[in-house]
Parts: sequence; C-alpha cells; structure tokens
Amino acid sequence: MIGVPRSVLWFLGSCLVLVAGLGLWQVLADSGAIPRAFFPGPDRVWTALHRGFSSGAMIGETLTTVRRMALGWALASVIGVGLGALVGLSPWMRTYVAPTFEGLRPIPASALAPLAVLAFGLSDGMILALIAFGAVWPMLLTTVHGVASVHPRKAEVARLLGLSRLAYAWKIALPAATPDILGGLRLGLTVALILAVVGEMITVQGGLGARIMIAARRFNAADIFAGVALLGAIGLLTNAALSQIEARLLRWTHR
Amino acid sequence: MTAGVVGRARGLILPLALVVLWQALASIRGIESDTLAAPVQIVGALGDALVNAEFWIATRDTVLSAALGLALGGVLGAMTGLVFGLVPPVSRLMRVPVEVLRPVPAIALVPIAILIFGFGYALEVAIVAFAVFFPVLILIEAAVRGVEPRLTEVARLLRLSPGARIAKIVVPAVLPRAFVALRLAAGLALVVAITVEIAANPMGLGARMILAAQSLRAPDMFATLIWVAVLGWAINAGLVRAQAALFPDAQRPR
Repeated sequence: MIGVPRSVLWFLGSCLVLVAGLGLWQVLADSGAIPRAFFPGPDRVWTALHRGFSSGAMIGETLTTVRRMALGWALASVIGVGLGALVGLSPWMRTYVAPTFEGLRPIPASALAPLAVLAFGLSDGMILALIAFGAVWPMLLTTVHGVASVHPRKAEVARLLGLSRLAYAWKIALPAATPDILGGLRLGLTVALILAVVGEMITVQGGLGARIMIAARRFNAADIFAGVALLGAIGLLTNAALSQIEARLLRWTHR
Repeated sequence: MTAGVVGRARGLILPLALVVLWQALASIRGIESDTLAAPVQIVGALGDALVNAEFWIATRDTVLSAALGLALGGVLGAMTGLVFGLVPPVSRLMRVPVEVLRPVPAIALVPIAILIFGFGYALEVAIVAFAVFFPVLILIEAAVRGVEPRLTEVARLLRLSPGARIAKIVVPAVLPRAFVALRLAAGLALVVAITVEIAANPMGLGARMILAAQSLRAPDMFATLIWVAVLGWAINAGLVRAQAALFPDAQRPR
C-alpha cells in the first residue's frame, strides 16, 4: 500500500462518498422520509434500467439519442469549422460577416426549436436540424477567433515561403487554431446533447428525451430517473472521450 | 473611436442587406410558406405584441423565473464553492459526486420536476437553479483558490477569526471574479428558462414561441424570437456595464 499515490486515495474516498450518498437515498426512500412517488430508491431505478435493457427498448432509445447527437454534432462541426476558417482567414469577411455572427450569438439555441418546428414539422429531421443549427455557433465563433489570431510572424513566414492561401490555411492557420477549435467542438457537444433531449421532448419521436417525457405522463418516476442516469452517462462519456482526443492532439502545445 | 464606428457600420451592411433582400423577395414573389415571414410582417407582429398585456405577462414570467432560479442556484453554488475553495479536503471528497451530476443536462430533469411541482414557476425555478449551480460552484471555487496567498498570510498575522477572514479577506478578493460568474450564470438562466418553456412549461416567452410555431403563425414566432434575443443582449450589456463600473481594475470581458 506504500506505493499508492495520494490522488488515488482521494479518488477512492470520493467514490465512497458517492456510494454513501446512494445508500442514504436508499435508506430515506425505504423509510418513507422522502416520497417514493418522486424519488424512488436506487434499487427501483436499477430495476427500471434492468427491465428497460433486457427488453431491448432502452438500448434502442439510447442509440437513437446518441445517433441524433453524433450526426447533428458532426454536421455542425463540418459547417462550423469550414465556415469559421473561411471567415477567419479573410480580412474582408472578418469585417463584413463576423459581426453578424457575433450579433446572432445571444440567441439561445433552444429558441430555434420553434423555428425548426415551423420548417420541418414534428419530425426526426427537425431534431437533427435543431442540433446542427444550435451546435454550430460555438464551433464557428471559436474557429474564427482561433484562425484570426494566428501570430503575425507565422503569417509573415508563410508569405516569405510563398505558400498559397490553401497551404497557409492547412499548414499554419488550422494547426495553430486547434486548441480553440477543440474547445468549440466540446462546447458544441454539450449543446448537442441538450438539444437532442429538447427536440425529443417536443416531437416525441423516440429517444431518451421522449421516453422520460412519456414516463412523466405515466407518473413512473423510476423510469425517468433511469433515463436521466443514461443521459448523464452519455454526457460524461462523450465529454471524456473528447478530452482524451484533445489531450492527444494538443500534446505539442505543452512543452 | 471613429475607426470603431466605421468598423461597426461595416458589420451592419450584411444583416441590413439580407433583411432588405428578404423583404424584396417577399414583396415581389409573395410568401406563401408557413415557415417564413417577411421582415415587415415580423416588425408588425412585434409592434402588436409590445402593446399586448399578455406579451408583457409572458416576458415577466420568463424573466422572473430566470431571476429566481439564478438567485437560488447562484447562492447555493457560491456558498458550496466557498466551502470547497476554503477546505480542500471537502472539495476532493466531493469531486466524484460533482463530476457524476454535472454532465446531466438540466433539461432532462424537467419530467421529474413536473412530477414534483406540476407546471408553473416552481418547476422552472428548480431547473434553472440546477443548471446555474454547477458553473457558479466551479467558478467560485477557482476564485477562492486564486486568492493572493499574501492576503491569507496577512489574515494569519492579524489573527483574524475564520469568520472575519472570510468576510474581510476572501469575499472582497473574490468579488470581481464572482461578478463574472454572475454574468455568465445570468445568460445561462435566461436560456434555460426559455428552454424549459419550449420543452414543457406552458408559460412565458418560450411557450409563446412554440405555440406560435405549432399554429403556423410565423411572424409572431419570429417577433418573439427577436424579443428573446433583445432581452438576452440587454441583460448581458447591463451586467457588463455594471461590472465596468463596480470593478474598474478587473480585466474587461472580451
């Protein structure tokens, strides 16, 4: 036990706190101190998860939500980074186009849901469009910022080397903007999950968002908590995966 | 100064041109679609809305829910952040529970909140408070950690009691960064309040928008959307000004 670093011990202790919290919830639920109708104990949530997974319904709905989130996010990243690089690289676009983006920024992404309903109806396409349109903004703005704030000396070097604009974008501007772009992609991921849930709640076209909304109408609290736990897990895992990629891609910045 | 004005004027060219083009297309070809509305129609709808009492009630409902949720989540988050920042072992022990709860999208808690509170203010305030709690907690904890060590030493030399140390040293040192946290949280609170209204809660501006969309009243939907953007912009601008006035030394926001 001598070789165990302190941070690991703290982590284990912290896990114990989480377990103790769940245990306390169980005890309170069993004793009836908190109403079971709203806060079913962890045992019932676990049963709901188990039942959902063994019938296959919950796997399908989880995959539906993840698929929508991933597709919308990917669409948003292509548009956001592409358009962002285009705007960030051209001083002309930066003067005339970038202020419009900045002006549109304070509009909450979810406020576009009614617009998406108008354009696409209550459909699968509406959810995708909502995610893509909402998640594109952080990516767009961070890319514009990253590409535009490349050190001037690097731009000078590129000019001296006679690099074409495309080569400059590919070899200098985009690599230099990678930290900003990755930050934008991560923000976009959070937005994508939120909007997937919002879209599914409105349209009720399958997915975990629809599932928990339907469970609420049936007063099935255990099923809601099961769905919320899965959504939290999706958020935790996707974020962790992107952090890993980020750390790997940005190794060169930590000298 | 003039360069800034010219730059800003250039930035306005594109949106103005788009609005004019949109209006021109709408006037010449006539918009048959249920999806789009001509700018003139939208301005008309906004004008009608602004003299309509229901519109102001919706605005009040949204702003009030956001403000109450911000107050509740902000105070709880700031107090927790203060404890976490001052007592590192507590922060380390709570890390796993916080990291497990934080990625849960606040909006996913709406169905639970509906079961507990039913529709109305309480539902929305609770969700906004949850959404605001974690960012405030993390920003305040970081701010408390970042208090100049020399100030802490002074407190020790002066033999201040823990209460006096917090009130006289930590809180004043943390205030500028706490205000930045407040500004971010205020924007978030408005967004979450409107999202809750769009997704479920039948009140406020969000419900008004989704109702307009579902009954194919595009001008009304766009007018409310613009109003929401104006509200968000005004709240942020107001807080930026307050920040500049209260903490002139602190770094100015981007």
